[in-house]
Amino acid sequence: MRAIACSALLALAVTPALAQKQSPFAEYQRMANENSPIELFEILGEEAWKKRQGTKNVSLEQCDLGQGPGVLKGAYAGLPRYFADADRVMDLETRLLHCMMTLQGRSREEATKRVFGNADNPSEMALLSAYIARASNGMPMRPGSGHPKERATIELGQKLYFHRAGPWDFSCASCHGEEDKRIRMSELPVLYKPEHARPMLSTWPSYRVSTSVLVTLQWRMNDCYRQMRMPEPVYGSEATVALISFMTKAAEGATYRGPAIKR
Amino acid sequence: MAGPMKMRATLAGGNTDVRVLMSHPMDTGQGGKTPPYFIQNVTVKVNGRTVIEGQISQAISRNPVFSFRLKGGSKGDRIEVSWLDNKGDSNKTDAVIA
Amino acid sequence: MKPQRRGLLKAAGALAVLAAGLLKPMAALAATWHKEAFGAKTAPDALRTLGAAGAEPSGAIVIEAPQIAENGAVVPIEITSNIPGTTSIAVLIEKNPFPLAAKFDFLDGALPYVKLNAKMGETSDVRVVATAGGRNYTAAKEIKVTIGGCGG
Repeated sequence: MRAIACSALLALAVTPALAQKQSPFAEYQRMANENSPIELFEILGEEAWKKRQGTKNVSLEQCDLGQGPGVLKGAYAGLPRYFADADRVMDLETRLLHCMMTLQGRSREEATKRVFGNADNPSEMALLSAYIARASNGMPMRPGSGHPKERATIELGQKLYFHRAGPWDFSCASCHGEEDKRIRMSELPVLYKPEHARPMLSTWPSYRVSTSVLVTLQWRMNDCYRQMRMPEPVYGSEATVALISFMTKAAEGATYRGPAIKR
Repeated sequence: MAGPMKMRATLAGGNTDVRVLMSHPMDTGQGGKTPPYFIQNVTVKVNGRTVIEGQISQAISRNPVFSFRLKGGSKGDRIEVSWLDNKGDSNKTDAVIA
Repeated sequence: MKPQRRGLLKAAGALAVLAAGLLKPMAALAATWHKEAFGAKTAPDALRTLGAAGAEPSGAIVIEAPQIAENGAVVPIEITSNIPGTTSIAVLIEKNPFPLAAKFDFLDGALPYVKLNAKMGETSDVRVVATAGGRNYTAAKEIKVTIGGCGG
């Protein structure tokens, strides 16, 4: 009797439920995600993944997203991470851009010409992101591989998160630095706190219903900088990858639930 | 007609659950820039026989997603869902219950 | 077959084809869209046009929807009619410019159930009218609609 009780206690201790902040829109988000059209974008994303392009006329199917060439399962959940062949930490989109250039022989200019898309026409990057993200759905987010450059990237991300700049003297923390703040009806998550980061980071890329646009984390970084009236960050730059790394680290362990649907 | 259409038909609790995703702008035309452009009819068939006739408006969200439930059902049943919009364009997809 | 009979049948066939509107595209022959009901600007007008005015309230119509939607562009609504013999379900968003959002006819082989995503311009009642045995029944649920977020 005692042995059973002890092991039961042990089981409870070993598998705690990860604390997550509940939103007043939890019911809406649950029902909307159950009834989401995002699969349509995943179908198009698969086509883009398999499409031969560039001067080398090959598809992206041999792209190594961190789990081996062409391995999609768990790839998104393991990002961002360090890649030796590029000698830097990369998030999904940075890595895709790398593969477009090195595997397919595409120029950076051509590959990034239209990274963000619009309602009638999602971008190739967004479609690829949705397709690849689906292969990590249900898996725990475990970014990184333990390489020292990952730690340095996360620390840079932390510095950037709190760094005030631009004409309004804003930092990420200006909006996302304090509990119980809101913009209109949406709560502002404090993205370096795990209980806030987990429900947030586990739902990108996402279909934004208010604009009908499929959006990614690189897009979100870009748009946040725009809203802070700061210069536009370079797509896949060290700064954007650092911020994404910092926040994804805070979300570590959360079950990845994307690609998702958002307001 | 341009975007993909996807449908899944699965046996559940003695009935058939049908979930269908359609690519369509479902443009209300409000604002006057573009005329209304939306799916008006959705039809569900089982083995060639119509079982659901739906009429929908521009108040249905862009890229419509519908769930339906059919009585009974068995492996090998062929479910077809088709749509027709106000410009006369149409699309359809079918699936066999596995 | 006698020649006159064949001739008669041929003529009848031709008439039927003309009546069906041979010149319309194939798809239009099969589909009807209740323009007047969908163009009605109030829920009572839409229901009257559908011949479903004076529906009696029923607790056997189940509407599952979020109490509060973070955005009105996509509001998931799940409807089940537990009224025996339900042949049709109409879905209306009362405060929308054109309240009638959808009407489903369920023929033999389909259950009176649907889940869909609707657009809601503002907080409003979602009204469902179910038709069973020639009678109409209704239920409604309020869904609050907000605008969330920073526009990004």
